[in-house]
Amino acid sequence: MSLLDIRNISLTINGAPILRDVSLCVDQGEVVAITGESGSGKSMTALAVMQLLPQGSTTTGHITLDGQEVTATPEAQMCALRGNTVGMVFQEPMTALNPVQTIGAQVAEAVRLHRPDLDPIRRAAEVLTRVGLPPDKVPPSRYPHALSGGQRQRVVIAIAIACGPRLLIADEPTTALDVTTQAQILDLLVDLAREDDMGLMMITHDLAVVASMANRIAVMQHGRIVETGETSALLDAPQHPYTKALFAASSHYVTLPGTVEAEPLLKVQNVIRDYPLPRTALFRHPGQMRAIDRVSFDIQRGARVGLVGESGCGKSTLTRAILGLEPVQGGTITLGGVPVFSSGKPNLDVRRRMQVVFQDPYGSFNPRHRVARLITEPFHLLEQKPSLAERADRVAAALTDVGLSPDDATKYPHQFSGGQRQRIAIARALIIRPELIVFDEAVSALDVSVRAQILDLIAELCGQYNLTYLFISHDLSVVRTITDSVMVMQNGKIVEQGQTSAVFKNPQHPYTRTLIDAAPILPERNRYA
Amino acid sequence: MNRNLIFGGALSALMVLAALMSFVWTPFEHTAMDIPSKLQAPNGVHWLGTDHFGRDIFSMIMVGARTSIAVAVVAVGIGFSLGVPLGLWAAARRGSWADEIIMRGNDLIFAFPSLVIAILITAIFGAGAINAIIAIGIFNIPVFARVTRGGALSLWAREFILAARVAGKGAAWISAEHILPNIANLLIVQATIQFSLGILAEAALSYVGLGAQPPTPSWGRMLADAQTLVSIAPHMALVPGFAIILTVLGLNLLGDGLRDVLDPRLRVARS
Repeated sequence: MSLLDIRNISLTINGAPILRDVSLCVDQGEVVAITGESGSGKSMTALAVMQLLPQGSTTTGHITLDGQEVTATPEAQMCALRGNTVGMVFQEPMTALNPVQTIGAQVAEAVRLHRPDLDPIRRAAEVLTRVGLPPDKVPPSRYPHALSGGQRQRVVIAIAIACGPRLLIADEPTTALDVTTQAQILDLLVDLAREDDMGLMMITHDLAVVASMANRIAVMQHGRIVETGETSALLDAPQHPYTKALFAASSHYVTLPGTVEAEPLLKVQNVIRDYPLPRTALFRHPGQMRAIDRVSFDIQRGARVGLVGESGCGKSTLTRAILGLEPVQGGTITLGGVPVFSSGKPNLDVRRRMQVVFQDPYGSFNPRHRVARLITEPFHLLEQKPSLAERADRVAAALTDVGLSPDDATKYPHQFSGGQRQRIAIARALIIRPELIVFDEAVSALDVSVRAQILDLIAELCGQYNLTYLFISHDLSVVRTITDSVMVMQNGKIVEQGQTSAVFKNPQHPYTRTLIDAAPILPERNRYA
Repeated sequence: MNRNLIFGGALSALMVLAALMSFVWTPFEHTAMDIPSKLQAPNGVHWLGTDHFGRDIFSMIMVGARTSIAVAVVAVGIGFSLGVPLGLWAAARRGSWADEIIMRGNDLIFAFPSLVIAILITAIFGAGAINAIIAIGIFNIPVFARVTRGGALSLWAREFILAARVAGKGAAWISAEHILPNIANLLIVQATIQFSLGILAEAALSYVGLGAQPPTPSWGRMLADAQTLVSIAPHMALVPGFAIILTVLGLNLLGDGLRDVLDPRLRVARS
């Protein structure tokens, strides 16, 4: 008898089918991964086990947890079960913790609720030590804001295991974390499950993350489990076409057209960017935080350059400095020999030669404007504004270029999917034919199959328009395929730069090596499947 | 459909209708005195009774609505047209001297009890509807400035604003094109609430004799007139009292209802 047995669960929310006939079981000490793209029903499956479904949902089928049927269990008894028999780890550790309570108190709360036999304070110290936060190094009296993202996620895990659950559900536990932290958290989760003989249900969109740690993988699409099997068998020989497509997309490689690098376009020399820190005392001079520390590099015309680094390393600050959105405290940035920021004012002449594509396909458009107006926004920079007829032509051409239809010009952004919106963002960046495009984490928020399409699109546009771009990402696998050369950034400094293939094959700096080692990869044999 | 919105909207519409109607028709001339029929309780001829001069209270309430609305509309207009640009400016120059001066100026106005200052203004410059309007309007400025700045600040951090900046648009242009339409919901709701507060403030000023002067009827002054007669003719106090209560209630419900309908976050939470 399995620890968790989900049998033929179907779920509808306000009449819309969300899960269809899902069956899955998790044994003691087993790590089962559920993977699939957004909207495939992964999280809903987990919430169904916890009986934390949104209002208006109706389920049919059976879920037995440790021999108990949870679909028929009244809410009061479910409360006793949650956090006790089942623990849950959420995606975003910042929002999963209460910012005004100490971490010790939050762990102790879980103990106090379910295990009156234990001393909550002592037990909290115990589990915090187990997740790698020993009281002598990280006192339980700290507040969540004083911890790093990885440490916060450890606290969330400590709360989940505080009562010794039989089953641990982790919903995208590492998606919000940096790649080196991600590796540590994954190790911790698997170790805990093995040591305590817990069942671990891992939900993730990233196949590479689970390839090395799960016993079994279930692949979901449109609310159905399309394939499930032992990890090695599934990775070796995926059966379902969707699984195959998912594998192909995760290790998607694009071939960039060749390019002739002639002259330097962007020159960044000894750039320094300081942020003032809040005053600590009334008459003391406020301190400064150096976000970019004497960074220098050149981008040749026609070059495709990547910039990688973990969150907080200064990538975004550098982007803003290059785009001339914020002044720098030292050094110069020039595009084609002209400074982007001169005498305290951004230089509009330079700005019309640069464009940017942002990460968030939902936040990068004014929700009240139509597509035509959105993508013609860069025309504002031109001295000679195109006529209405020319405008319409260029909108149609830009939309066709990015694989959309000219008819889409009259729609609103909310009528498009995330991938389509990113295409619109690229159309907006392309419409004035800029000399340099900055892609700031432009594919990070997308599902793997959509990401593959957008990468293909970028490669195709490269051939068509001989683009020069700076591709900023935390995702090494993406940078590896879409750039010719790459720079690695750590603590505001560029620690390594070189040809992409050379850097990845033979990293020189220890930090680059750490990054490459920590990045989860799919087994090599499937790469070109 | 939202229940607050329907109920609040109906009450507010009723008041506006009464005010508009008073221009073309009232049961009696609202200034016509008829001493023999003074202090009548509500009856078939005088639907809401008569006052101590025998004037028809129903007619006075209808014309009084005109005063209340006019004062509130102009006062909210003053607050809106000055407060919103100030708030947008402060948000666009966040952390700068301009931001500090605008917001600390707001704090200064907030620090004074609004009604006391309104009394001061009308006492210095003379009682009357115009001065009441200005006094109430000044106290609406910081309310709108603050709401605008708060809404605008969160928008300035969004990527579509960054994209607009990359497109070379200046702060004023971005504020007008991108920020203002996206905080319109917020401002409409706030305006509704301020409108009801304006009506309340006008009634209070008239009650102490600093609002609209006779013979222009005003709900606040009707209440004041009723004060000494409340034991013999309670309807004289009850009718304008209820008119004020129902109007303020209606506008507040309308504001709540509008917020629920216009705020996309609440809309998502409901569906």
